[in-house]
Amino acid sequence: MPEVFAPDLSVTFAGISSPNPFWLASAPPTNCGEQVMRAFDAGWGGAVWKTIGEPIINVSSRYSSIDWNGQRMMGLNNIELISDRPIEANLREITAVKKRYPKHAVIASLMVESKRAAWHDIVERTEDAGADGLELNFGCPHGMSERGMGSAVGQVPEYTEMITGWVKEKARTPVLVKLTPNITDVRQIARAAKRGGADGLSAINTINSITGIDLDTLEPRPNVDGLSSHGGYCGPAIKPVALHMVHQLHNDAASRLPVSGIGGIGTWRDAAEFILLGCGTVQVCTAVMHYGYRVVEDLIDGLRSWMSEKRFQRIEDFRGRSAPKVTDWNRLNLNFKIVARIHEETCIGCGLCYIACWDGAHQCIHLDRANPQAIAAAPPAVESASRARIVVTPIPRLDREAAPGIEAPYATPLARIPRVDEHECVGCNLCSLVCPVEGCISMERVENHLPRETWDDLVLRTTQNGKNC
Amino acid sequence: MIAASPAPGDGFRDNPEVARRFPDWHPAFEPQEALAEAHRCLNCFDAPCTSACPTHIDVPRFIKKIATDNLAGAALSILEANVLGASCSRVCPVDVLCEGACVLQRYNKRPIAIGRLQRHAMQHFFDRDGRLPRKTVEKRRQKVVCIGAGPASLACAAELAQRGFSVTVMERRNLPGGLNTYGVAEYKLRPADSLREVTLIRDLGVEFRFGVSIEHEADLAALEREYDAIFLGIGLGATRELSISRANHRDVVDALEFIARYKTAGVLNVGNRVVVVGAGNTAIDAANAARRLGAVHVTIVYRRTERDLPAFSFEYHHARQEGIRFEWLAQPVAIHTDPATGRIASLECVRLKDDGAPVPEPLPGSIFQIECDMVIPAIGQEPLVSFLERCRGVHVRMGRVEIDRLTGRTSHPKYYAGGDCINGGREVVDAVADGKRAGAAIANVFEGSHA
Repeated sequence: MPEVFAPDLSVTFAGISSPNPFWLASAPPTNCGEQVMRAFDAGWGGAVWKTIGEPIINVSSRYSSIDWNGQRMMGLNNIELISDRPIEANLREITAVKKRYPKHAVIASLMVESKRAAWHDIVERTEDAGADGLELNFGCPHGMSERGMGSAVGQVPEYTEMITGWVKEKARTPVLVKLTPNITDVRQIARAAKRGGADGLSAINTINSITGIDLDTLEPRPNVDGLSSHGGYCGPAIKPVALHMVHQLHNDAASRLPVSGIGGIGTWRDAAEFILLGCGTVQVCTAVMHYGYRVVEDLIDGLRSWMSEKRFQRIEDFRGRSAPKVTDWNRLNLNFKIVARIHEETCIGCGLCYIACWDGAHQCIHLDRANPQAIAAAPPAVESASRARIVVTPIPRLDREAAPGIEAPYATPLARIPRVDEHECVGCNLCSLVCPVEGCISMERVENHLPRETWDDLVLRTTQNGKNC
Repeated sequence: MIAASPAPGDGFRDNPEVARRFPDWHPAFEPQEALAEAHRCLNCFDAPCTSACPTHIDVPRFIKKIATDNLAGAALSILEANVLGASCSRVCPVDVLCEGACVLQRYNKRPIAIGRLQRHAMQHFFDRDGRLPRKTVEKRRQKVVCIGAGPASLACAAELAQRGFSVTVMERRNLPGGLNTYGVAEYKLRPADSLREVTLIRDLGVEFRFGVSIEHEADLAALEREYDAIFLGIGLGATRELSISRANHRDVVDALEFIARYKTAGVLNVGNRVVVVGAGNTAIDAANAARRLGAVHVTIVYRRTERDLPAFSFEYHHARQEGIRFEWLAQPVAIHTDPATGRIASLECVRLKDDGAPVPEPLPGSIFQIECDMVIPAIGQEPLVSFLERCRGVHVRMGRVEIDRLTGRTSHPKYYAGGDCINGGREVVDAVADGKRAGAAIANVFEGSHA
């Protein structure tokens, strides 16, 4: 019998233990105890409670989204504020949840006015209710920031350090600081949080956004009685921004704390990427708002399968593995050379690589394989040649002998299969990115017998040469 | 300036009973469906669908406009290449044209539903009373006459009118549109939709004259004197008749006539048992129509085998779905009538040898009867040679008018031609391409003359 390899997904993050690294982010899916309990039943390992503070009044509507090429909600924007429920109700429900789910992580997200006593009070009450940890919401970019809370704190290192310090004076459980991306350098705030004594970071909060304008009414979305306000952007669209920021935090010694990754995570693949760049847990919101708590099933299953395949026993076995592979541009090998190779047996002849290379890259893909006269013809010439061709509907009765090429659609005619000029190809990847067929264009290494040399090496070499002269 | 003639086919109304019996074979898209389909399109460069279209409609361009909700722009992109974009979206054999060329098939995916997307854009255009744009505000003094009001003439007339020329279309029947109005299966295109499309061309200032027969040399001579150019969009001639006994029985109805009667003349009666002779696309349209009009048994008799079928394979499959029976390797030899009633009783056929001979030989002793009360011959149309011979100097070869493919010009410098009379009977889209090329060539000649 082959050995059954069962990876262990449990984690201990900044002192908080959780059956798996999948937490619900502080947001509408964690608004009340009933929801959090259903989420835990579905498989979520932890939940960061919708931010608790003095109850607010919300507007309607609150959300707007960006659809892309027929897909709904590539990005989601909200102008909702923190919890609109009484602090007592939230705390009572935290107690009830912890009683039923003692092994799951319940983190209370907190936001109160910037007064030491107010923070001391809320920290004490929340911990008494049974929360496993605290997350300080210094990131909310709308509504609360205008009142001196949320990102108004998180955009000023001194405030962040001060309030984190106040919380740490009182807290008995781990304290996480949630960072806003709406700042020039996220590390400035992370360092302040660390100085204030934070035990971990959550990154990133939503990005300032205006999702769009209704072109009939000329009114922005989400529409609140004819007006709108900037909101916080999240969902799949922001994942690359979030990955960059968590990497910045992980690679900065002065910021380095356990990071709970947030931003566009919807699949186990996204989660694995955040963990590979150093995150200890990940938080999810938009995917749950779109499809429900059930998405956690494949987060767990997919990550576990991948870990089995890679022989990773625990999350720690791969956490941060890819972080050192993101480096400064100056340290990339200038002599590494790849070129595009088109695998003609899978090419469907869409011509997208050709037009992308001509108009968006380096004019080194050509449609001249079947026509020697068309060597390296530019797009207008290629197109006008086909438009000038007279074609007729193939009619069986009239064309019994003729075999029109389109009758056999599974073989791409040679004229439609592009050729790469490998001498001109700079190895930019664009053609392989636009190609709709998986694996049809591969980027392959070309041996140029040059030693590895980075920009830093080059500068050093040329200055030394200069001295020698 | 030519005043707009009365709306072509004014007063014509689709028969609701026909509409009920012939629901759309390819139904219209819902907007959300169209959007999703439009997003599937890869937006190929120098797209094979565009190359495969005889009118070279820029397919990805109009589809991506649907994706951005620019439906007006999508419709105008279609019409720029093909003024009969609406009827083509419904009648084109897309399987062997644009959709057959879609690269997605090489990726084991369903091709983009180009025909239905095109119909979606054109529907939007008509719903908002769209008009064809003019290509110039200048008025040209030359006058052109198009003979026949079918797709080729309509495309030629539109191109010339858009470029400022005076155009008259002369038609021997009472309605314009040619086979689009009279001959296309109702579940693909209704006469009212064909006529509405013609209105676009009328609105460009094209004059239509109906019930005009041009049968004598003198008629042509008069046209030559009055007009600077003559476009022949005359299609094919009379349908071929069965050369067997009682082929002139009143219940022997030619396929095109049978189709035209139910579509435009309100004649919905059909036999109980119908035999269609021939297996081309028109035969299938007639057989399917007979079924939908109430015939219980419809049999197609064809003298070759399934693999030699002249109809498109998708038409054949459609006929199978309609419940049409096929009698292969059979040739009619006689029609028998019931002496008591005088009605048709059966079609006598002989079985043919399947030996691949150019003219299949009968199998001795293989005579059999197919019981029926109606026979529909669908064995093709004769070319209009007798008429064309009167056009002095216009060369005709193998029943087709000889032209220069790029310009549609005949051997007589004043005559141009396009459509079925030059290609032997292809599709609407081929006729449109021919007509447009000829219209553009005529316009180029006159514009070049700086007259």
